[in-house]
Amino acid sequence: MPPVPTPKGHNAASTHGKVNFKALNKKTVSRLLSYLFRYKFSFTAVLLCIVVSSVTTVIGATFLQTIIDDYVKPLMVQKNPVLDGLLQVIFTMASVYLLSTVATFLQGYLMASLGQKVQKQVRDEMFTHMQSLPISYFDTHSFGEVMGTYTNDVNTLRQMISQSIPNVLSSIITVLSVFVAMLKLSWILTLCVLLFLVLMLAVTGKISMNSAKYFVAQQSSLGKMNGYIEEMIEGQKVVKTFCYEGKSKEEFDRRNEELCQNATNANTFANILGPVNNNLGHLQYVLLAIVGGAVAVYSGEALITLGSIAAFLQLSKNFTRPISQISQQLNAVIMAMAGAERIFALLDETPEQDEGYVTLVHAKEEDGILTESETRTGLWAWKHPHGDGTTTYTKLTGDVRFFEVDFGYTPEKQVLHEVSLYAKPGQKIAFVGATGAGKTTITNLINRFYDIADGKIRYDGININKIRKSDLRHSLGVVLQDVNLFTGTVMENIRYGKLDATDEECIAAAKLAGAHEFIRMLPQGYDTVLSGDGSGLSQGQRQLLSIARAAVADPPVMILDEATSSIDTRTEALVQKGMDRLMQGRTVFVIAHRLSTIRNSNAIMVLDRGRIMERGDHESLLAEKGMYYALYTGTVELE
Amino acid sequence: MIRKLARFVGGYKKEALLSPLLVSLEVVMEVLIPLLMADLIDFGVELGDMGYILKMGVALVVCCLLSLFFGALCGKTSSIASAGFAKNLRKEMFHKVQDYSFSNVDKFSSASLVTRLTTDVTNIQHSFMMIIRVAVRSPIMMIFSIVASFSINAKLATVFLYTVPLLAVGLVLIMRFVNPIFRRGFKTYDKLNSVVQENIRGIRVVKSFVREPYEIEKFTSVSQKIAGDFTKAERIIALNGPLMNICAFGSMVVINWLGAKLIIQSGGTAMTTGELMSMLTFVMQILMSLMMFSMIFMMIIMSRASMERVVEVLDEETEIRNPEHPVTELSDGSIEFDHVVFSYAREAEKPVLDDICLSIRSGETIGILGGTGSSKSTLVQLIPRLYDVKSGAVKVGGVDVRDYDLDTLRTNVAMVLQKNVLFSGSIKENLRWGNENATDEELVEACRLAQADGFIREFPDGYDTWIEQGGSNVSGGQRQRLCIARALLKKPKILILDDSTSAVDTRTDSLIRQAFAEKIPNTTKLIIAQRIASVQDADRILVLDDGKISGFGTHEELLATNQIYQEVYETQFRKEDL
Repeated sequence: MPPVPTPKGHNAASTHGKVNFKALNKKTVSRLLSYLFRYKFSFTAVLLCIVVSSVTTVIGATFLQTIIDDYVKPLMVQKNPVLDGLLQVIFTMASVYLLSTVATFLQGYLMASLGQKVQKQVRDEMFTHMQSLPISYFDTHSFGEVMGTYTNDVNTLRQMISQSIPNVLSSIITVLSVFVAMLKLSWILTLCVLLFLVLMLAVTGKISMNSAKYFVAQQSSLGKMNGYIEEMIEGQKVVKTFCYEGKSKEEFDRRNEELCQNATNANTFANILGPVNNNLGHLQYVLLAIVGGAVAVYSGEALITLGSIAAFLQLSKNFTRPISQISQQLNAVIMAMAGAERIFALLDETPEQDEGYVTLVHAKEEDGILTESETRTGLWAWKHPHGDGTTTYTKLTGDVRFFEVDFGYTPEKQVLHEVSLYAKPGQKIAFVGATGAGKTTITNLINRFYDIADGKIRYDGININKIRKSDLRHSLGVVLQDVNLFTGTVMENIRYGKLDATDEECIAAAKLAGAHEFIRMLPQGYDTVLSGDGSGLSQGQRQLLSIARAAVADPPVMILDEATSSIDTRTEALVQKGMDRLMQGRTVFVIAHRLSTIRNSNAIMVLDRGRIMERGDHESLLAEKGMYYALYTGTVELE
Repeated sequence: MIRKLARFVGGYKKEALLSPLLVSLEVVMEVLIPLLMADLIDFGVELGDMGYILKMGVALVVCCLLSLFFGALCGKTSSIASAGFAKNLRKEMFHKVQDYSFSNVDKFSSASLVTRLTTDVTNIQHSFMMIIRVAVRSPIMMIFSIVASFSINAKLATVFLYTVPLLAVGLVLIMRFVNPIFRRGFKTYDKLNSVVQENIRGIRVVKSFVREPYEIEKFTSVSQKIAGDFTKAERIIALNGPLMNICAFGSMVVINWLGAKLIIQSGGTAMTTGELMSMLTFVMQILMSLMMFSMIFMMIIMSRASMERVVEVLDEETEIRNPEHPVTELSDGSIEFDHVVFSYAREAEKPVLDDICLSIRSGETIGILGGTGSSKSTLVQLIPRLYDVKSGAVKVGGVDVRDYDLDTLRTNVAMVLQKNVLFSGSIKENLRWGNENATDEELVEACRLAQADGFIREFPDGYDTWIEQGGSNVSGGQRQRLCIARALLKKPKILILDDSTSAVDTRTDSLIRQAFAEKIPNTTKLIIAQRIASVQDADRILVLDDGKISGFGTHEELLATNQIYQEVYETQFRKEDL
């Protein structure tokens, strides 16, 4: 068996902690930006829109000063004021705002498709790349980890691209332009704002830190809680048969209480942050009014005018709000960066290496000479191009040989030791041995899920490393113990073996596998939709479907890894006829727990700890009175 | 639905009610600030009255601090209330699920129950907090601000009569259009996830059949659909910003123009500069709160699916409950099936068990054989009343199982399920599921019977060995034997083994049966097995075929008369050349 995946990476909790600037890896950032740059036009347009909308909003606010100082105050005291100038200013103000609105609209519109395009691109690249990864990748990465990359990480990335980045950009631009506008209005008040800013950052920083601390605690107890829920509900039937409901409720309540405590703490700090920011904003507003007022009173409007105080007050809100927004977005950005790094890690995984150049072709044989055929002939050949430009054809017969093969899933732990074996065309070869003896490993090497460390494997006399992987696998049919079905109809699931198979071919394969009977009994027969990995079917029925799927592919070599383990012996006997027909004329590798199914094999290999201990047919092995004999008579546990 | 969920606030009512109250107070302060500010500007700054500036300034600072205080306090109460609410909800759900019968669990599937108890509850908790904080805050803020603005200048404030409805209608329209697209989008999202999920789980199949291009095509077409839907939805949502801008900026321009004109024409008597500024502040406050409200509303709508799913769990009636006057004594281990008909679905056309009649004496050992789908497991699950019969009756100790106290019945009927589950904890803890108060000696005794003592002692930590969730760190055969020992600790009158020794080697298997016969002769034993060898020496063997009894008798009798039994025997012993 491959090594057990170790849960690693994906430590979401750590991202909740302190804002970690190291996570902003330069490479990740530039790589991320490169996705945006692929859409140069929209991206530039979005940037432009952000600049325009931020700047115009700020400019709009400064009109108040002009209105008050240049028109309201002087005109107020006149007898017959002329309002033309004021009207003009109002019109200018309106058009500035209109420009801002148009820019906001364009930004949102363009960003919507840009964000989705980038997200789709990342998603598609990930999936496409994942298909090229070797099986070992899936051994060393847990299911949840890989799934998480598709769901959480891609999602946070999209949020960052379509929300955080525009937000932060517009915040920065707003802050800068507000700052300039404020300086122009009054340097004294600007100084006040800056001093207040320091206070604000200190307070919010403190609260955020506390909140982060409790969030980590909340996440961890939520995780524990969910784990408990999962375990108890998965084992619900056992809970019931043992009348364990009371105790499980008690334990649940204890964990629930703990979660409630931590959640209260975490949310309290997070909830306080909003009002604190908000009201500090108000406080600043008030203080500015007082200071501004005092300055105006004592300096007699030399340093500051009423209009500029009014405009300044308006602006000051535009100054603090973006800053607290940036601090809020920062967390999201850091989280997205961590996600992006996991995404890129997946994209950077080395794909399966394939230097194979020998391909599988349809062939016809005339006068003992093989030639390539356009159409399916039932006869296959390996097309072998040579260095000198010539091409030879070798008939596909299913002759598989191992020569002193060594292999380990990790370099430290060797699983197979000097395994040599041969399977002649049409032979049935069985592997017997305890879990971890290396049975499945051998079959994994034949279809090159893994590459051998030492020795060689030849297929019809060709080194399998020279055969293109896709062609090699096309020539092998595999039925595994753990059946994986796909969402879709029964027919589609069988057709998975051969995409251009007709309905008749699929049904014939189902009959061969002995699956036809139960399929007919399903509500919609072959059109019954299976979902959730065929959850409505029994394990035995799923195995029958998986055999039908392999049968429709009609490969010259079959690998049956515990293919009938969940089928009861009587049904198996019925299936056996079909299986025998299926195996006829093919080279078959069988792994079976139930020794009765392999009795008629041409050769049985008894494996122990990665070595072939005994080999021979059923009779000769029984006569040997060795391991096989012990297994067969049931004195040793096969597990 | 909301009412149903609202009762889970219980115990946190004070906080839940206090939060909106505190938020309202905060809002009052926030509305007061611009009003006082207007005075400060008009009478302080404009008239150059420093004393007044300071006086008003202090009042304003007090307002700010009060607002801060109320706001922060509300942050606390609302988090207490929402965490408490979630706690109550989760608790009620978990307790409910614990009381579910097998058929209830089957209906939902465990995976779906887990999501409902975890993700869905978290979603609802979030919405709840939003409701008691923001959903109350926004309308109050809007109302107070509008009132305040009318009090400053009713004529100017009429602007809001145009812009607020405009914004509201606009937002509603946007939601109307976006909602169905989002719903569709999320469904497609589920599909995308299931494609990835199935692909990862079945990667060996994909690679064996060289179906990578096919899978990629499948993925990209779903992915394309999602991108299309969400682009459309987000483009509509992108209208939010400009709509808000038009309303806000429009109001500002109009107020600036009308306000300035009014001040100038009246010479500052009908309206003051300070008041103009407060009006401008209110524009933002009113429109922002409307915007917030619509966002919250959207969130609540989105969490509706979660609410529905949670309520479904709560509304589910437990199908099997204790009778009113339960029998709490179980006299002996005799079992009787009296014309039992059973089916899982309510309206299944063909019953899974059809007119089963059989009677088993206390202390008998019964073997049960039958092909895949012959309803062996179903039959035995009726004995501890894991399911209720459709018609007929199952009697244990002469009493209908429906008349027993469930705990009494299930303690006396021990069952080792086909799907064995161990729980994370030490071996001892797992064994004590059978009997909390079992002594260490009793544990060892049960393990000896189940032939588990030997391998447990070989573990470095012996009986204290830690078992991982699901028992993944012991082998299948070991797991099965631990589960048998766990069941034995109940000292049951009836013991049911549902194919529970399939991974145990034949020698150990026969040792277990031998131990049963010697040490617990008075216990009725029902053994479902695939191997003839496992049931051959039972007192009687029951052969099931397609939900009906095909034969019931001793090994010899069946071998002579029952065709199915003969066939099974042949497949297992034919060509037996030992």
